[in-house]
Amino acid sequence: MSHFLAQFLAMGGYAAFVWPAYGVTLAGLGAATALAWNAYARAKARLAALERAR
Amino acid sequence: MTAFRVLLLRDLRLATRAGGGMMLALAFFAGVAVLVPLGVGADPRLLARIAGGVLWVGAVLAGLLSLDRMFQADYEDGSLDLIALAPLSLESTVLAKIAAHWLTTGLPLTLLSPVLALLFDLPARGYPALVASLALGTPAVSAIGAIGAALTLAVRRGGLILPLIVLPLLAPAVIFGAGAVPAALDGLSNGALWLVAAFSTAAVLLSPFAAGAAVRLHLAG
Amino acid sequence: MFALANPKRFMDTTAALLPWLAGAAALFLAVGLYLGFTAPPDYQQGDTVKIMFIHVPAAWIAMLAYGLIALASLIGLVNRHPLADVAAKTAAPLGALFTALALITGSLWGRPMWGTYWVWDARLTSFLILLLLYLGYIALWNAIEDEVRAARACAILALVGVVNLPIIEFSVDWWNTLHQGESILRVGGPLIAGVFLWPLGLMAVGYTLLFVTLWIVRIRTEILERRARALIMQGTA
Repeated sequence: MSHFLAQFLAMGGYAAFVWPAYGVTLAGLGAATALAWNAYARAKARLAALERAR
Repeated sequence: MTAFRVLLLRDLRLATRAGGGMMLALAFFAGVAVLVPLGVGADPRLLARIAGGVLWVGAVLAGLLSLDRMFQADYEDGSLDLIALAPLSLESTVLAKIAAHWLTTGLPLTLLSPVLALLFDLPARGYPALVASLALGTPAVSAIGAIGAALTLAVRRGGLILPLIVLPLLAPAVIFGAGAVPAALDGLSNGALWLVAAFSTAAVLLSPFAAGAAVRLHLAG
Repeated sequence: MFALANPKRFMDTTAALLPWLAGAAALFLAVGLYLGFTAPPDYQQGDTVKIMFIHVPAAWIAMLAYGLIALASLIGLVNRHPLADVAAKTAAPLGALFTALALITGSLWGRPMWGTYWVWDARLTSFLILLLLYLGYIALWNAIEDEVRAARACAILALVGVVNLPIIEFSVDWWNTLHQGESILRVGGPLIAGVFLWPLGLMAVGYTLLFVTLWIVRIRTEILERRARALIMQGTA
């Protein structure tokens, strides 16, 4: 089992390229998702507060 | 057509007086031609190979220098509003300004380029291609530059954004233009000059509409 | 489609749609990734072929986004559609992100094959220029104070860009053949083995759904922010 995992992680010797590629992609798309969601939540809260204050 | 000529002559006069941009462009162009060999070393074979590319890049950058002035100066002192009200269409106005810019930037740079090519030890058979490609291609620089100048009119730090907008759009001009020189050196023909000419023609014909729309946009604001 | 023109209708419709889009995106990505990671190594490229599953979809979205921005720009200029400007503005940073991802993954994919992290091959060069086009667009929008003027100016820029893009692609291709570039990444075109085609297709769909999801979230955010600004201005009026 651990041999399979080791093989998987090694990516046929190309680990140094495959994993950073996936890592950057995950980081980029993850950040985009988090930022988009956060901005939406903030905008929604702000609008709600303004409407309450009216 | 006299309104066109009047505007053209006025812009020519403004550009050629001291501080008007023409001398600056020429000096900058020469500066690039001097700095690059200092930067890459004096190997004559290397310099001869990169001559076309370096001079083309230099010409594009030098052409950019006076672009933000194309509409800005007139905008600031109110002349642009008057020009927009004149019987000359905004598109024709833009065309006149493109012509003025080319006559005071692209054309002088083209004429200076053989002199600077001496610094690069360009073989004799490369000269016609160099001069022809610049002559045919620099109108595209003025035309596409005009679009950038019009879009960044009255924009804070517009002078910094202008190159960012214009340079990617000019990639074909540099590719085709500079590509004519190695072909001539190798004795091949690669159609580069035709492609440059086509690109410039399209740019000059179409950009007055885009630039005119942008000027109109900023004047209305 | 134009029924969504009304911001309120848009908010209502997308509120219902969004969970499904997000869920579908997650599903396609999950299955695509699973199939991708369980696929065998390519006989030529070894396991680096797995990078294809995140490179090609990113490149596809990079181009799709620019096309959508151009379309939104055209609609905004011609129809003065209220959401068109918002759609264009919100798509740009996403498009730039996917372009950057395409470049980075493309560079890493090519490194084992080419020996260097960057090669001026036609595709990477075109995407580099596309990234600059995106950055110019975003910079111009940020530089113009008035939102409506910014939208119009960037619309003109996007349309000029989209017209120029095929010419840029052609010129880069021409340039590349001229300078005898390194062997270009040949994925084999329609001859891609089925075992690679499935994860690739699923990832492409997943990426598209993800992009649309993020895009809609950003549009909704922008709509809420504009409402907030309007309220503030009313309050001080």
